[in-house]
Amino acid sequence: MDGIHDMGGMQGWGEVDFDPDEPAFTAPWQGRAFAICLLSMNRLTGRNLDAMRHALERLRPLQYLQNGYYGRWLLMAETLLTDSGVIAPGAVDARARKLRGEDVTEPPEPEPSKPDYTPAGPGSLRQIDAPPRFKVGEQVRARDIHPLGHTRLPRYARGRIGTVERIQPAAVLPDTNAHFVAENAQHCYQVAFDSRTLWGQEAEPFVLHLDLFDDYLEAAS
Amino acid sequence: MSPIPAPSDQPVELRTEALEALLVEKGLVDPAVLDKFIKTYAEDVGPLNGAKVVAKAWTDPDYRARLLEDGTAAIAELGFKGPQGECIIVLENTPTLHHLVVCTLCSCYPWPVLGLPPSWYKDPAYRARAVREPRALLEEFGLALGPEVEIKVYDSSSEVRYMVLPERPAGTEGLSEEELVPLVTREAMTGVAKAKSPA
Repeated sequence: MDGIHDMGGMQGWGEVDFDPDEPAFTAPWQGRAFAICLLSMNRLTGRNLDAMRHALERLRPLQYLQNGYYGRWLLMAETLLTDSGVIAPGAVDARARKLRGEDVTEPPEPEPSKPDYTPAGPGSLRQIDAPPRFKVGEQVRARDIHPLGHTRLPRYARGRIGTVERIQPAAVLPDTNAHFVAENAQHCYQVAFDSRTLWGQEAEPFVLHLDLFDDYLEAAS
Repeated sequence: MSPIPAPSDQPVELRTEALEALLVEKGLVDPAVLDKFIKTYAEDVGPLNGAKVVAKAWTDPDYRARLLEDGTAAIAELGFKGPQGECIIVLENTPTLHHLVVCTLCSCYPWPVLGLPPSWYKDPAYRARAVREPRALLEEFGLALGPEVEIKVYDSSSEVRYMVLPERPAGTEGLSEEELVPLVTREAMTGVAKAKSPA
């Protein structure tokens, strides 16, 4: 989806806030949110990283930005646990109010609705028999797709031509795996783009590399 | 697709506590396991792992060759593996080639060698600008690269993770592997800085 998360090339953010001595967690709740999220995600259908990323993308733009990285993680876990019927909609809010001492009726237990989905293996990498469609050195065009769901093809590269630099390990396709539809394991290619094909002739000269799945690409010649 | 949770006016600290309480009641998470997990990522899995990899590559040419050939395997030789480390590619900086790593779509980062991503890496400004004006961005980080230096930016859009092998600083010829480790910062291994010079 064309959401707030797809930040590559956006303008207007100003300078980066940089602190070289920052600890892993700048507040104790961040560590707890991180651990709760990762460990509870194992209780769904494996640790589906694509579903987790898509849950982040589904947040409203202001929610996405408001509480930073671990704030997003917390909402992501709440979203997926609610989707799967592990916790009821509104349960976190109700419990939070109760913890503040408010007199709150908590929602009843939801019906479990975990996706009927089994990963073919651990992690994301998969062996596939078909040879790669493109060769190193070949020119490819990133397709101009705008799916409503999850994708790992950033907006800034769509429709642009690059060169295959390397064949990466085959992996599950995030676009279908995120929705618990299918792994659709396929080849993945490291593709190099000249900065001027992305940002125009006045752009700083550099080479930009993306790792793009077979479904994202078409032959450019 | 079911609706996302309604925006909440409860503070995030309290929501964290509430979610933990709910999951503990259901037996889905164990507070002691959470504590151990937090401690691991706060103290053990951090950029010191990557610094050890870099220092070894600087002092052991065979290891350096293996690291550039198959980063995942060479990093695992030192015992570093785990989530976000399925496939790690190591990018070698030279006097005329500089690599910069970013994730524009979320904040993918090679956890086994660098730990969890720092705030600046997750900052929308970094995510937006690294793929658009890396040279200007690096200057703000205090790294001015000459016009002879080619810049290659890696946007981590799949499960492949990237780590930069910085140049070994001048004046470190007499230093041992252990003495080199403190010169290697997470910033150097992401490409927003060079390795530190010896004091």
